[in-house]
Amino acid sequence: MKFITIDKKNWAKGIEKSRETYRLFGPVKDKNGVFIRTLEKDMLPDMTINDSIMSVKSVLFPQTEKILFTTLDEAKEDHHIMKRVEFDSSPRAVVGIRPYDAKAIELVKMNFDTDDYRDPYWCDAYEATTFVGVGINKPGPFDFSTSAGTGPFSESGLDVLMADLDNAYLAKILTGKGEAFMKSCGFEKNTDEKESQALFDILRKEAEKNISSHIDTGKLKGKTVLELHEAPFWDDIAFACINCGTCTFVCPTCWCFDIQDETKQKSAGRFRNWDTCMSPLFTKHATGHNPRDSKTQRVRQRFMHKLKYFPDKYDKGIMCVGCGRCVKSCPVNIDIREVCKIMNSYEKNN
Amino acid sequence: MDTCIQKIREIAFQLLDKKEVEKVIGFSNGTIPMATSPITIASKQDTEKLVFNSTCGLNLANYIRQQKGKIAVIAKGCDSRNIVTHIIENQVKRDQVYIIGVPCNGMINKSKIKSLFEDEIQKFEEDGDSLIIESSSKKEKLKKNDYLRENCRLCQHRNPVIYDVLAGDLVKEQIIDVPYPDVEKIAALEADARWIHFQDLTKNCIRCYACRNACPLCYCPTCFVDESGPQWVGKGQDKTDINTFHFLRAFHCAGRCTDCGACAEACPMDINVRDFTRKLNKDTFDMFGWEAGLDLTKRPPLDAYSPDDPNDFIK
Repeated sequence: MKFITIDKKNWAKGIEKSRETYRLFGPVKDKNGVFIRTLEKDMLPDMTINDSIMSVKSVLFPQTEKILFTTLDEAKEDHHIMKRVEFDSSPRAVVGIRPYDAKAIELVKMNFDTDDYRDPYWCDAYEATTFVGVGINKPGPFDFSTSAGTGPFSESGLDVLMADLDNAYLAKILTGKGEAFMKSCGFEKNTDEKESQALFDILRKEAEKNISSHIDTGKLKGKTVLELHEAPFWDDIAFACINCGTCTFVCPTCWCFDIQDETKQKSAGRFRNWDTCMSPLFTKHATGHNPRDSKTQRVRQRFMHKLKYFPDKYDKGIMCVGCGRCVKSCPVNIDIREVCKIMNSYEKNN
Repeated sequence: MDTCIQKIREIAFQLLDKKEVEKVIGFSNGTIPMATSPITIASKQDTEKLVFNSTCGLNLANYIRQQKGKIAVIAKGCDSRNIVTHIIENQVKRDQVYIIGVPCNGMINKSKIKSLFEDEIQKFEEDGDSLIIESSSKKEKLKKNDYLRENCRLCQHRNPVIYDVLAGDLVKEQIIDVPYPDVEKIAALEADARWIHFQDLTKNCIRCYACRNACPLCYCPTCFVDESGPQWVGKGQDKTDINTFHFLRAFHCAGRCTDCGACAEACPMDINVRDFTRKLNKDTFDMFGWEAGLDLTKRPPLDAYSPDDPNDFIK
């Protein structure tokens, strides 16, 4: 594995140089916090903040994306025939993301890129994107990533993992995509592999030691879906919930969407928007029947999906990377760590 | 306010013990600093879970509709005004709710406090008028009054307007000479600047609808943004659609809003949606001398007809 040292003095220049090849995205401070946004000219990714309010998922899966269009003008031969919106396949790079967000992309990929079906919009964006992560030296109190199958220096899903060493970044090149990005920045100063890996190991251990928040998911697999589904605790968990979609929107692993057609004069577009299982509309049938009509059913769905259905279906752990965003953003403080504890420790007839 | 919690627990215990109510709706401690969570207590053994402090910024009137049997609810001044509004609008019956009134000294502005820290807040304590807040890098002792939410700073109804029992001594009401300085400031802007203000305000809106869902007034079975036949508004991130939601929601609350601040409190993007509703609160006050939720016998001005209405068009 190749390691590169980047003097922070050269950082801005290198990032600027990469723009010749890449469209850049990264953490940007705004009035309410940090967001992952397009880095316009002269903007650098904010590498200092542990996490952003919104996750990196929007780079591949925007909250609103026009996917198809057509004309309604019947004089035109191809009227009412939907065509794909031209896709910008030029390389893009997301710089400065946290390792748990990259892990989340891998989980989301299981949904958008399967043996049976390939979502062209998500997959094409994924293929065009290079993920450059930075390890978290000092994880915050809401970070429970180590017990959610990732961690502050996890490499999964990343093309480059960097470590912040005060005056320099030490970059570990993980894929060919990562190597190409570093080259485009002009960052090519190789360092000793063994020494660098040892340093990464120290930083990782140190950071993992600082993680104070943990969940235990060990017993979930042994319980049946029905046992948990019928458990008596859901009404209490759901009581406070106001059924906003905040938890699902800030979640890096929530992938559900809704399709909407919009027309303006003779042109029509088909859009895909993030949807949320917290909304009654999410499951409302055209007949008017709603299989998830009550708040409790919807809250249960969210946690069952993340902690039971997904692990059962894919056998790749829970559908949560422990970023803690939903814990922080929930207006009524419904805490997935607590819900996980209740589910994991639940014994029927207890 | 911290002394009233014992009283709240005692009252709740008695009510459940004597089976006067089915359950008590209040706040419980949160799992993270500066958080409390609405909770329903059905057994007297659980009344110890009830808490009340300066982080209880949500409005519990939002939780009392469609409950079975008689319930008790803890109500600050603003919550009690929304209970009045619910009663007027036939959402609950007066004899169905037992109101445990809590005179209020204001709730804290959590985002203002968070902005003092570079890192995450790890500890929050309230000691009388002081707030003690710690992150891993620093500790701050703040005066609560300097960190009140704007709606609490300008509140003129801190005492519950309707209650069955009080959990604390009534507090002195604030006399506010200029009750709408924020509205006046925005109104004084040129039209273009005003437009930019509102564009900037909603810039980060993700349409989670937390503002709507935290609001006791927003109880329509299907909100206009969720209607699909006809569809009134697009569902994506188009600015016009986002603004349409905010404008129409505000108009829908005209003459009904108590400025409880739950909308702004719930917003994950810290959008002060009160910039919309407060203009309408000011208008209904200026035009009709009306403040919502103060009187069980009067309907909100926009759903009442009066022969001596000052406007000509209605005659």
